[in-house]
Amino acid sequence: MIAPQEVRQTTAWEMYRSIVGIGAFCALVIVIVFQGTAARIHDNQERFLAAAIADVLPVAERTVAIAIGGDGSLVAVDNVSQLPAFLAYDGSGALAGAAVAGEGMGYQDVIRVLYAYSFEKKSIVGFKILESKETPGLGDRVEVEPHFLASFEALDATLDAGGRGLANPIVTVKQGEKTAPWQIDGITGATITSEAIGNILNSSAGIWVPVLERDAESVGARGAEE
Amino acid sequence: MARKEITPTDEFVKGLWRDNPVFVQVLGMCPALAVSNTAMNALAMGLATTFVLLMSGLSVSLLRNLIPREARIVCYICIIATFVTSVDYLIMALSLELHRALGAFIALIVVNCLILGRAEAFASKHGPGRALLDGLGMGVGFTAALLFIGVVREILGSGAVFGVPLFPDGFQTWTIMVLPSGGFFAMAVWLLLANRIRQKQEDAEKRAARAGT
Repeated sequence: MIAPQEVRQTTAWEMYRSIVGIGAFCALVIVIVFQGTAARIHDNQERFLAAAIADVLPVAERTVAIAIGGDGSLVAVDNVSQLPAFLAYDGSGALAGAAVAGEGMGYQDVIRVLYAYSFEKKSIVGFKILESKETPGLGDRVEVEPHFLASFEALDATLDAGGRGLANPIVTVKQGEKTAPWQIDGITGATITSEAIGNILNSSAGIWVPVLERDAESVGARGAEE
Repeated sequence: MARKEITPTDEFVKGLWRDNPVFVQVLGMCPALAVSNTAMNALAMGLATTFVLLMSGLSVSLLRNLIPREARIVCYICIIATFVTSVDYLIMALSLELHRALGAFIALIVVNCLILGRAEAFASKHGPGRALLDGLGMGVGFTAALLFIGVVREILGSGAVFGVPLFPDGFQTWTIMVLPSGGFFAMAVWLLLANRIRQKQEDAEKRAARAGT
């Protein structure tokens, strides 16, 4: 009869040593890679945002990062937030518009968008998806569908008489049923995503446009003095 | 009969065809079906997985004598997660657009059973040289399989390959091919083809053996 082979029991010290050792090795690798790539990632993020602003507001030559302060007024900031906003100036230094990021729930996940507001036209005049995980071939058509994107050539965002909110809520309507300038022509087959875009713009513009219309000139003037 | 010695070249080549992770072992189906909607996404996911296979295989092989049997899975997962995090940073540094296109699937490389499988079945039992060759072979085999699926799906689903249009404007794309179900169709066709070729090879080997005896 063959005697059962004795299996050596691993001691607590050996377990502790190996797990802590592997953990330290892994932490070291991650820190080295993070340090090595952080500057490049930051540059990429800035370049991506700058390209997005140039897409939605082609006349912008210079931008100033802005935020809504604790007292509800517009303030210039040095560091951009997760949902950045910018005042944009053209080559002559005149205020050309504002580029504002907004987000909301789509069909699959959160959608982040950047839109341009024109002070002259009182409208949203540019739109770009910053982040989306919508269904390929269906929801992601919001990035390429010409009739949908045509809605953002001049999407009405006029303020109400009191200047506290939009005169007409921005809404997405069924494809081919757009009758008013504040409506977005939806996409059949991407209903939820195109409606989500309408909701994002309505809620974000409802907060930002009144503040921009009230304070943008003064922030720009202060920026010029500094 | 003397057993044929396995050469380092065999370790590399087996992942390409005989033990191909996708077409033979049918492993890593989640990224193979979900991220292969374009050739570029498939290539990027394949290269990211190859990097993790190589680095985790090398690390597990080098540290194999220090890892107790009872704690091996937690140690392997920790090592794999480290290199997945690294590849996540590297892709972000390379291209944010590519990182956005791959979405959550980069992080999900951690749970790709192909990588844990190679760490457990091969790297933990062999030296670093062979572990690297095994990881490279499996990675190249995985990348090639994803690329085959991605090219078919992009051509039919978008009328392009690597973003270059192949058809005139009037071409009606098959939207279903860029949806997850299209991944199953493309996968099925390639599996059918791979099995057919393998069956023919086996029949030819059997005939040659009979002729030899």
